[in-house]
Amino acid sequence: MTFNYFDHDLSDLHQKLLNHELTAQELTQATLDNIAASDGDVQAFLGTNGPEALQQAQELDEKGDFSNPLAGIPMGLKDNLSTKGLETSGASKILAGFKPVYDATVVQKLQAAGAISVGKLNMDEFAMGGSTENSAYQKTTNAWDHTKVPGGSSGGSATAVAAGQIPYALGSDTGGSIRQPAAFNGIVGFKPTYGRVSRFGLFAMASSLDQIGPLTRTVKDNALVLNAIAGFDKMDSTSVESEVPDFTARLGQGIKGMRIAVPKEYFEEGIDPKVAQQVKSAIEQLRELGATVDEVSLPHTRYGVAAYYIIMSSEASSNLQRYDGIRYGFRSPDAKSLEDVYVKTRSEGFGDEVKRRIMLGTFSLSAGAYDAFFKKAAQVRTLIVEDFNKVFNDYDLIVGPTAPTTAYGLGEEINDPKAMYLADALTIPVNLAGLPGLSINAGFVDGLPVGLQLIGKPFDEATIYQAAQAFEDATRWFEKRPAVAEKY
Amino acid sequence: MANGNFETTIGLEVHVEMQTNSKLLSPSPVHYGDSPNANTNVIDWAYPGVLPVANKGALEYGMRVALALNAKISPFIRWDRKNYFYPDNPKSYQTTQSQTPLGTNGYLDVKLENGETKRVRIHELHVEEDAGKNTHGNDGNSYVDLNRQGTPLVEIVSEPDLHSPDEAYAYLEQLRQVILFTGVSEAKMQEGQMRADVNISIRPYGAKEYGTRVEMKNVNSFNYVRNALIYEEKRQAAALRAGEKLVQETRRYDEPTKSTISMRVKEVADDYRYFPEPDLSPIEISQDWIDEVAANLPKSAAQRRQYYVDDLEIEPYDAEVLTQTLAMADFYDQTVQAGADPKRAANYLIGDVNAYLNKTQLELQETKLTPANLAGMVKLIEDGTISTKQAKKVFEAIMDGEEPEAFAKKNGLVQISDTAILLPWVTEVLDANPQSIEDFKGGKDRAVGFLIGQLMKKSKGQANPGVLNQLLMQELKQR
Repeated sequence: MTFNYFDHDLSDLHQKLLNHELTAQELTQATLDNIAASDGDVQAFLGTNGPEALQQAQELDEKGDFSNPLAGIPMGLKDNLSTKGLETSGASKILAGFKPVYDATVVQKLQAAGAISVGKLNMDEFAMGGSTENSAYQKTTNAWDHTKVPGGSSGGSATAVAAGQIPYALGSDTGGSIRQPAAFNGIVGFKPTYGRVSRFGLFAMASSLDQIGPLTRTVKDNALVLNAIAGFDKMDSTSVESEVPDFTARLGQGIKGMRIAVPKEYFEEGIDPKVAQQVKSAIEQLRELGATVDEVSLPHTRYGVAAYYIIMSSEASSNLQRYDGIRYGFRSPDAKSLEDVYVKTRSEGFGDEVKRRIMLGTFSLSAGAYDAFFKKAAQVRTLIVEDFNKVFNDYDLIVGPTAPTTAYGLGEEINDPKAMYLADALTIPVNLAGLPGLSINAGFVDGLPVGLQLIGKPFDEATIYQAAQAFEDATRWFEKRPAVAEKY
Repeated sequence: MANGNFETTIGLEVHVEMQTNSKLLSPSPVHYGDSPNANTNVIDWAYPGVLPVANKGALEYGMRVALALNAKISPFIRWDRKNYFYPDNPKSYQTTQSQTPLGTNGYLDVKLENGETKRVRIHELHVEEDAGKNTHGNDGNSYVDLNRQGTPLVEIVSEPDLHSPDEAYAYLEQLRQVILFTGVSEAKMQEGQMRADVNISIRPYGAKEYGTRVEMKNVNSFNYVRNALIYEEKRQAAALRAGEKLVQETRRYDEPTKSTISMRVKEVADDYRYFPEPDLSPIEISQDWIDEVAANLPKSAAQRRQYYVDDLEIEPYDAEVLTQTLAMADFYDQTVQAGADPKRAANYLIGDVNAYLNKTQLELQETKLTPANLAGMVKLIEDGTISTKQAKKVFEAIMDGEEPEAFAKKNGLVQISDTAILLPWVTEVLDANPQSIEDFKGGKDRAVGFLIGQLMKKSKGQANPGVLNQLLMQELKQR
């Protein structure tokens, strides 16, 4: 059986499973076959777990209960989500061969829904990067052009979905790591409100910014996955005890009268004019669909990258201290003393970008630098939150580009970390403010997808989905297939 | 002053493990003495992806200590990370409260040996997690036991108000008792439940600046603290007199030589890169919450002693003994509440029960004795049902968990006070001993003792001596 996810969305697959037109085993086998054939081109998967997936599919088929919208449908997980017994390295050498002893809360929830995990997806090491080139293991390529980066850090998740290998994947987003690779691959990537999804089991990069979210081909698929993973978790005290609505409920209601703000700062520094043009015409489309659109100002946007890199690296420097070679993971075979265990293990186990951020964060928190760096950055963060609050007093959504460019060439920017950091300028403020943000395909520039970013009020994911779905319905960019999806 | 022209300044940072059911940040149990790593889970091991959840009970225990030390409780607290690498510290940071300590500006009134009371100010106290334990095996390997990792601690930081080793000792004793009576910890030194970091410096009297400070960490006996301070006072004074410059350093107390040994010299201050813990939400502490904790705070030793002396008419010394431990004081209160005569109950606890505990090396709560049974026995004595001699057997029985009245009845230990039974015996004995009656009438009191002895023999020791004596005198006078 050949199978292509471009022909089916989640609702369609769900119906087929319910009607016994398709079995979970057939679907899972077809998915594994497709990955085996296509992954040489895109290298999205760090590992697959065929036997376990097929066994789970068989159990589901025997039980015959496909009442849950995700039951029996395969998916993939970013490699920083803890999966019991299944190798999870965060794409780092320091966790080479590491098999977690527990499942992340989101993994437990998807399992309970009957979702079938077929494998772990490549990423930048510990989610640090914007091109997935910082993976210690392999270079994932863009689904549309294998000479281009897939974006990052959830590059494996985005490419796998865009290439039709799987219908959805989970990623994590600390400064744009779901939205930017979704934009580069022309799919829907959503970072929910901070606290909406439990982080328990997500290998922490920056605890106050990290959030797990879905990457899908369509808006509705995305809402269905968020339905399954959202909610308070007693294991994560930063998850919020707020009611979880049905995120699909307002799909199809249109956007007539919706008040949309477009920050002028999002079209200023460093944005590719062609990308800007494509995004502007997408915004025009929203106006045509009945929304009111005004230009607004988020004046502290330009300080976002600096504040972010201090806060993120500070938290990361502390979070990554647990990789010390004592209890699990890699330990340098040359270590002769305790000091050696720490220094050699971490020197040999971490890649350059991780070390760069650990150094930056360690410095920012040190006694002489704390006030001028960490504390100042925290103050800037408050100003950015206030910028958003002011705009949201009068508007329902903020809309702009997801990334200033389309996907760039593999190897092009990896040696220029500063350029790479600036590429996150439009996604970072959303994490600093803890807001929900979605990227959706808004067309193509020179054959590469452009992302439109929709930013909402805290815990108002439903409005974002409503608007994104109206846009998707009007443009249907998601129907366009990359060559790799035709090939396999 | 004992140390020539130098004034000693001592500050103490005391860590107390709080005996909550679960750890500060994970659901693992808090329990001493189990096999290594039995009380651990993925959170304690700092596995990738795990998150902490703060134990509200531990915070309430900390609030108890803050209230008992008259500290102001912060309305808003935030957790902070203290970063450092060590194998017993799996996250490589300790979760603590550095910017917003739970309590500030407290004090403790300490009774000194000379009878004076000295008020020692408490700078602050905060709740944090304990580290695990590293051990170094004979096989050349080092081992990590994380059972203790994450046990909630309250750290109590005094102002440098203490000026002699004896004052420091008295402060620690008093602090231990205050903590015992909050019910948050048994503060057993030998199990490391209470440990002191000691800071000491000396300066010439009248000097404006404090002298160079020496720190000794984790001293786990009050005597060691005192010995270490005595040694340091002398060492530092001798050095200054010899014109040497003291260095800021960490030293360790060595009991065999009763001296201190330099561990490491601090050239620059440690940089722990404190910052707000992003995995835990800040906590607001309302006045209602504080009031609720205050309402459940056990009465202090001082309050109890006053009640014992003023209301129960217990000797001050005995009241002191009864309030040595919270367990003893609670037990005493419950015994009195169960209707026991306060004095007799106090005597039993201080005498026989303490002797039993010393002999068996048990803690009061580890025995089978209950306040109800002790009160029951005291009541049997009070109402004459059993004699004090019989009570010895009953006491042994209640220490084995027996109910006193049932035991006394079953074993024929009930005292005979019924004159209908006793009178025929008296008549019989008097009839059999005419010489004794003569002797009594001749003024020889010894005869009474002999007759009582005969009667006790006849009753197999069960006659109530008071009633018997009364009856005998009455009958003798009629002869």
